[in-house]
Amino acid sequence: MYFARWKALAIVGVCLLGVLLSVPNLLPRESLPSWARQISLGLDLRGGSYLLLEVDTSAMVRERLESLVDSVRRGTASANPRILYTGLNANPAERRVSLRVSDPARAGDVARILREAAISVNAGAGSQQPDIEVTTAPDGTVTATLTEVALRNKASSAVEQSLEIVRRRIDESGLVEALIARQGQNRILVQLPGVEDPARIKDLLGRTARMTFHLLDEAANLQSATPPPGTMFLAGERGQERFAVRRRVEVDGANLNDARAGQDSRNGEWVVNFTFDSVGTRRFAEVTRNNVGRPFAIVLDDKVITAPVIREPITGGRGQISGSFTAQSANDLAVLLRAGALPAPLTVVEERTVGPELGADAIRAGIASLAVGTAFVFLYMGLAYGFFGWLANVALLANVIIMIGILSVMGATLTLPGIAGIVLTLGTALDANVLINERIREEVKLGRTPISALEAGFSKASGTILDSNLTNLIAMGCLYAFGSGPVRGFAVTVAIGTVVQMFTATVVVRLMVASWYRRRRPQALPV
Amino acid sequence: MFRLLSRPLFRLVPDNTKIPFMKGAVIGLIVSALLSTASVILAFYPGLERGIDFKGGIVMEVRTPGPANLAQLRAAASALNLGDVGLQEFGAPDQVLIRLPVQSDEAGTQTAVNRVRAALEQAAPGTRVLRVEAVGNRVSGELFRGGMIALGISFLAMLLYIWFRFEWQFGVAAIVTLFLDATKTVGFLALTQIEFNLQTVAAILTIIGFSANDKVVVFDRMRENLRKYKQMPLRDLVDLSINETLNRSLGTSATLFLSAVPLALFGGDTLGGFAWTMLFGIVISASSSVFIAAPIVLFTGAKALRKGEAAQPAGAPAG
Repeated sequence: MYFARWKALAIVGVCLLGVLLSVPNLLPRESLPSWARQISLGLDLRGGSYLLLEVDTSAMVRERLESLVDSVRRGTASANPRILYTGLNANPAERRVSLRVSDPARAGDVARILREAAISVNAGAGSQQPDIEVTTAPDGTVTATLTEVALRNKASSAVEQSLEIVRRRIDESGLVEALIARQGQNRILVQLPGVEDPARIKDLLGRTARMTFHLLDEAANLQSATPPPGTMFLAGERGQERFAVRRRVEVDGANLNDARAGQDSRNGEWVVNFTFDSVGTRRFAEVTRNNVGRPFAIVLDDKVITAPVIREPITGGRGQISGSFTAQSANDLAVLLRAGALPAPLTVVEERTVGPELGADAIRAGIASLAVGTAFVFLYMGLAYGFFGWLANVALLANVIIMIGILSVMGATLTLPGIAGIVLTLGTALDANVLINERIREEVKLGRTPISALEAGFSKASGTILDSNLTNLIAMGCLYAFGSGPVRGFAVTVAIGTVVQMFTATVVVRLMVASWYRRRRPQALPV
Repeated sequence: MFRLLSRPLFRLVPDNTKIPFMKGAVIGLIVSALLSTASVILAFYPGLERGIDFKGGIVMEVRTPGPANLAQLRAAASALNLGDVGLQEFGAPDQVLIRLPVQSDEAGTQTAVNRVRAALEQAAPGTRVLRVEAVGNRVSGELFRGGMIALGISFLAMLLYIWFRFEWQFGVAAIVTLFLDATKTVGFLALTQIEFNLQTVAAILTIIGFSANDKVVVFDRMRENLRKYKQMPLRDLVDLSINETLNRSLGTSATLFLSAVPLALFGGDTLGGFAWTMLFGIVISASSSVFIAAPIVLFTGAKALRKGEAAQPAGAPAG
């Protein structure tokens, strides 16, 4: 039962450090020095919204195949002489485009057109390869299949891009403190503290917001069931209007520099003003110069917002979208356009929203449980084990303080299950002291002197303590690895509590008992 | 006062307690096996009440401006054709819990949430949504798999750990006991219709950890006594070990139990299920150390432990 001076100081030092690290939680956030960290409250305690979004990569495959179909159509039409074919179609399920060339001798030309339309992708280790594999059959069938590598590449970059755009959209919408993180292969986690009704955010995030400028096909018959090749029928934003829009994208919304909501000076209507970047400005000027007097369409997510007639070439790179906007919807559209289009649609696959009232209830419940639990456990320990029991209680207090300190430094989030973890740690933490005290008692009854009974009690119990705590750590490790959300918070607090407890229950208590023994030199132990 | 508090005031188990636990070994095993079998049957019929974590679906807690008119709200929600709508008063007369089944596609679940919000607003203007949980099919499937894997792996890890630290008889005894404990807890969930969700899985895992901890302490003592009393019959030795550790086992179980009681009482809807499961598990695991784990060691080790020990030189490391 002897501690070297430096050892004793180190133990006291660790406890003081724990206090120092946990104190910032008692102070208001603004008055904290830069090093101090606080535990942040989880959404279930402070209220807020948790959204798990999934990137729908199948839409991307579809789009890529569509563009290949388009290339074939244009390439065969502009070839001299024209290449004739049948059955040109995209099959997203099998990730391929196929067609049958009427003159098998020209299948090679079609294959060449497709190969030219390929995009090179990174195949790992710095090598590049085309994103499609083109094969020709003797009967003139040509197929282009999207490769595995290309698919993975596309999906991964789509998630990265989506993550960035989600972040920008949320930033632009003025929400602070939002937490956005990638989760797993194709998911994005969004946590919005304090948001009670996430409907607006879900709406903002759920829109692809791809804006494109197209010319209209004035010759098309809107009454026919299928549009002519190269043209699509799109619905208008409002009403029953239908537009025959040419598939070819003249200018893409990606070439926008800025978009702001504003009011039209003439009629006070809400509009969105935008400016193109240099590429966009040039393309837009070109298109408008060549098509004066014709209508063009601004298409957002497959809906025509507006289809004005070009009155004169627009060379300044500025434009205005008017529709029946309200201040809110004009603002939202501006946010979406500024943040950019999502490469693939996002779906909310999990939502958990807690209002602030329930959060406050949860905090009250947590604190009440913690207080009553502490009282129960303290009384039991003190009454059942006397002096050593009260010492164990002091160590338990140190345990909780150090635990809070560690959680603060980790920047951990405290959830309701996390509080439950702390409460349960109170219960298990005393196990070590119960073991030690029982041991000491046995040794005393075997007739040992106080000092050797203490010595034997602490050292013999330590093996058992290590063994039995490891089982808890194993269980919590499994929970952390395979659980998700708040349950992980539980695993983390219990695991930290278990580790800290091994220190406080054995080392700290031992130090206290040792210094007590040196001062008092008791003839008998109070066990 | 200080004097009074400085000495232990009570002991759960008096010193020199000598309860012949192993007389009840066979009965203990049989009762436990019966209870566990019944539990497994209960888990399938009537079956566990799976929470939305594992089943998918929508849960909304709303507060109406006045006392809720359940019939009217039910009619409003049912009119949306979103499947079976469950409505119940929740805690207070103006608070209602609404449950909807999972929708067929992922996006549909979100649409359903919005439609219910709108329908409620129309049926009872001023209704506030306090909580929404909507879990789609894919996520719930993954959460369920994750929970089951966590349970499975933890069993395996405990088996390996105890096997590594002790003789194989102890490893087998521990894992069989843990399995029996876990099945009884599942039976408890089925019987009380407490929701089976990630939190109850967390409770079961905590119980497994705690129960294994309890077994380790008893086994540790058995191993020590095996070396100490070379001639004592295994039956007496097991009894002695249990009696010696009884005060500690009960004491630790008591502190854990006491700390979980407030969670069950004040934890509300979210932690209530978790805490009750814990309480049940604590009682189960405390008794299983005595009535299941120890008898298994006794029966499997009747010859091997004694003989093996005698053949080895004194103080040889076990395990």
